[in-house]
Amino acid sequence: MTSGLEALYRDVILDHNKRPRNFRVLEGGGKAEGSNPLCGDRLTVYLRVANGTIQEAAFQGYGCAIAIASASLMTESVKGKTLAEAEVLFEHFLRMISAPAGAPVDGLGDLSAFAGVRQFPVRVKCATLPWEALRAAAAGGVGAVSTE
Amino acid sequence: MSRGSPDPARPTPVLDAAAIRQDFPLLARRVHGKPLVYLDNAATTQKPQVVIDRVTRFYVEENANVHRGVHWLSERATDVFEEARATIGRFVNARRAEEIVFVRGTTEAINLVAGTYGRSRVGRGDEVVISTMEHHSNIVPWQILCEQQGARLRIIPITDAGELDLDAYATLLTDRTRIVSVVHVSNVLGTVTPVREIVRIAHQRGIPVLVDGAQAVAHGAVDVQALGCDFYAFSGHKMFGPTGVGVLYGTSALLESMPPYQSGGDMIRSVSFEQTRYDVPPHRFEAGTPDIAGAVGLAAAIGYLAGIGFERIVRFEQDLLEYATAAFSRLPGVRVIGTAASKAGVLSFVLDGVHPHDVGTILDREGVAIRTGHHCCQPLMDRLGLPATSRASLALYNTREDIDALVAALQKVRALLG
Repeated sequence: MTSGLEALYRDVILDHNKRPRNFRVLEGGGKAEGSNPLCGDRLTVYLRVANGTIQEAAFQGYGCAIAIASASLMTESVKGKTLAEAEVLFEHFLRMISAPAGAPVDGLGDLSAFAGVRQFPVRVKCATLPWEALRAAAAGGVGAVSTE
Repeated sequence: MSRGSPDPARPTPVLDAAAIRQDFPLLARRVHGKPLVYLDNAATTQKPQVVIDRVTRFYVEENANVHRGVHWLSERATDVFEEARATIGRFVNARRAEEIVFVRGTTEAINLVAGTYGRSRVGRGDEVVISTMEHHSNIVPWQILCEQQGARLRIIPITDAGELDLDAYATLLTDRTRIVSVVHVSNVLGTVTPVREIVRIAHQRGIPVLVDGAQAVAHGAVDVQALGCDFYAFSGHKMFGPTGVGVLYGTSALLESMPPYQSGGDMIRSVSFEQTRYDVPPHRFEAGTPDIAGAVGLAAAIGYLAGIGFERIVRFEQDLLEYATAAFSRLPGVRVIGTAASKAGVLSFVLDGVHPHDVGTILDREGVAIRTGHHCCQPLMDRLGLPATSRASLALYNTREDIDALVAALQKVRALLG
């Protein structure tokens, strides 16, 4: 691999793209669709919340490797967190993928695999799409967001 | 797996691509440390040095406003601008140079017709006919027109191969149809539509036809009289000319009957606060200072193409398209989208299990520039049941080596994303 592609397509991202976790419909909770019309990405994020804490998060849909892996890792990383904690995590994630190349990455666990997206500005919206949908699902229950 | 190596039994390509590439300075540059393989010609083409030089020479030696000054320089600028119009008129075989209206591009040309012919001729209950494989620029202006006028948009269906269903088309035309507007070459599928037949059927009912020629003009000679169409729209930048200039061809009879488009200077005979008399076509439709340098540059691009000859360009590109299609057929998991019998310049495809966006990013890092996404044709994507495709689009400076580089890069995509 050459030309910074290894920074984008990290093994953990490739793995989650190939075998997305929590790729299913979750009945009875909140949900929101995220779409990126220009690329043709379309994901639905499902959320089950009790007492302000995310019991379960899942998703279904179609997208590029970055969007699918981001959704998959997101559903794993927000489980058990309060909605407020998930929002803080999203903000942290956003700061990381929009930081200058070489800026330190900390405290994000598996999500730090997306640090390489910084070098591919047009792909940032692929990584944030599921998070935008998660935020919409948490806020309104049923809705739709678009990165365009 | 084949690397698509050239077959020695094939005849030598009819164009000396290596020599032609020398004419396009940008093709020599490197991207991400790799030689550029430019296969996004349906989005825009690169410019030959003669076009770049001609635009520069206009600004260095001839720049003034047109149709205004009595001074020498303004006369000179007007002359070269009107010579460009005449060159373009001959290029599409218009009867008169006055049938050539300068616009910003294909999009503006279609908006012009929708906003003038459409606003004055399409009324409540009338119908506008377009096809499933139109670019958004040949959908949205008609959609807006139909909403404003209380008219109805009717859609010609396509076959799975990506050809227009002509039988369905014939049944769509009614005594309420006011205009038919169809693409000449699909920017997604490469399909060449049977414009002559489309026009013949429409004219039996006296319905005018607009042809969106954005993807056609770089790939073959266009003869508006032979096609029989009433309007023909195209962009300079997709045929090796500058961005910002395009052309609407319209028959004199129709143009003369149409109200103005934009209004202001250069489109009037006389203005008083009581009444304004409009100029004759094409000036009626060219309010404000036009893209003079762009028009002159476009004429230079036409001169460049004429020097090579469309007959050779068509044979060369057909050969290259066949070569690319054959190479793709040997790639497992690759499906070509758009298999019409008559195609030009475009190879859309999907890779099993890999999103086009990932294909585009990985190819880019190999120096290979293609387009991915819906290509401004969302209704067509819905018809095909695809969220997006990858698209390689050819021009006269592309080579078999470019196709080989594309195929090799696709093999890297496969290796990386499985």
